[in-house]
Amino acid sequence: MSRPRFIRRRCLKAIVVGASAGGVQALDTLLSLLPADLQVPLVIVQHIHPAEDDGLAGVFAHRCPLVIKDAEDKEEIRAGTVYFAPPDYHLLIERAGTFALSVDEKVNYARPSVDVLFESAAHVWHSQLLAIVLTGANNDGAQGIRVVKACGGTTIAQDPATAPYAAMPQAAIDTGALDRVLSLEGIGEFIRTRLRSMKS
Amino acid sequence: MHKDEIEGIEINLLLEAIQQRYGYDFRNYARASMERRIRQLCRSIGCHRLSEMIPQLLHDDSFLEGMIREFSITVTDMFRDPFVYRCIRQQVVPMLKTYPYIKVWLAGCATGEEVYSMAILLQEEGLYERSIIYATDFNDIALEQAKEGVCQPGRLSDFSDNYRQAGGSGSLSDYYQISEEGCVFKADLKKNITFANHNLVTDSVFGEMQLIVCRNVLIYFDKTLQERVLKLFRDSLAFGGFLCLGSRESLRFSTMENDMRVLDEQAKVYQKKVP
Repeated sequence: MSRPRFIRRRCLKAIVVGASAGGVQALDTLLSLLPADLQVPLVIVQHIHPAEDDGLAGVFAHRCPLVIKDAEDKEEIRAGTVYFAPPDYHLLIERAGTFALSVDEKVNYARPSVDVLFESAAHVWHSQLLAIVLTGANNDGAQGIRVVKACGGTTIAQDPATAPYAAMPQAAIDTGALDRVLSLEGIGEFIRTRLRSMKS
Repeated sequence: MHKDEIEGIEINLLLEAIQQRYGYDFRNYARASMERRIRQLCRSIGCHRLSEMIPQLLHDDSFLEGMIREFSITVTDMFRDPFVYRCIRQQVVPMLKTYPYIKVWLAGCATGEEVYSMAILLQEEGLYERSIIYATDFNDIALEQAKEGVCQPGRLSDFSDNYRQAGGSGSLSDYYQISEEGCVFKADLKKNITFANHNLVTDSVFGEMQLIVCRNVLIYFDKTLQERVLKLFRDSLAFGGFLCLGSRESLRFSTMENDMRVLDEQAKVYQKKVP
């Protein structure tokens, strides 16, 4: 309630989410809490075994009214769409507002890596970015959170007490660069409020 | 001006300096991964600003080597995406068998994992003896490593899994010998492989190929450069020849779309149409 006015009013251009162990369930909940007229793109890195070559978009496609798809190389990023990083590729954001894929070495033993997405998104969307770290059993995303914060973006972690795997959100909290620590419901509410304030 | 915009200028100048000083042209590489690597290099050598690397780069030849290593060595897996190799076995090999000689080009072969995977596949399909594999990269350090054909034992169990899923008919261990450096691919697997320096950005057409494999290289290029390279591949293929791209790359939206037909959408295998 005591949040400064300029933060509440700040325009949002994109949301990025990182999740690992326990993430599929958490994302299922989070996606169900999003408004059907999402005015921004939502880009997700969920750690997954590389052999799952079908990707995650299919898992969620029928559970949420939004368009859900795997991010493609050079694809233009659109509002109202939920994108997943394809398995075994890093996903990056280009300044032109398009996606880029890479097979660079793993970061934090992961490809896709949350840090890689968050860092590149931070350099493109700056203060208009919201980055969220969900459940996971490693510390991917922590470095990304630092960069998002340094570039002026908003940072949230799932409350470790409500996460099936606490390590990843806890690592994000330990950076000291977080704006909020919330339950999934709280994160959903935060996003809805922030988007509503953009309309008014 | 925002700090990121200033860094953008620094990166432009840096890439310009590399191009003018050494002739390597990274200006049409996809920017986001390039920037990530440049930032990483900058941190690792203790520079505070990206542009601080420019004088070093201009006046110290050895600096470029380190930079190229940072920019371009991508270590890949043997038989990465086994379904692609299954597709080649089932759909491409039967047509390759109709040729007296087979020329295969692995473009951007980096440290060679895919080269040896392809050599093994051709050998098991009885085609190796009449094949030549051209394995090219612009990076001499990577090329040297590829030529040595040494594989770290720790990676072999994953590679063996991939090999089996890729339809391998023997055992991966049939193809290498254990030595002090690691597992070295046998000489008879290497004998028809020619390693050569070729830069997709600046060099031209390369022979009349029956099969070109270039996986996960195009994603590092911008659209302009992708288009150039795809044209280069089309012009280097014999009519009826095959092109295999990375599983997240495609000919969609390229002007090459009309010259090639899709043989397998998932494995990203295309065939050059006969006029």
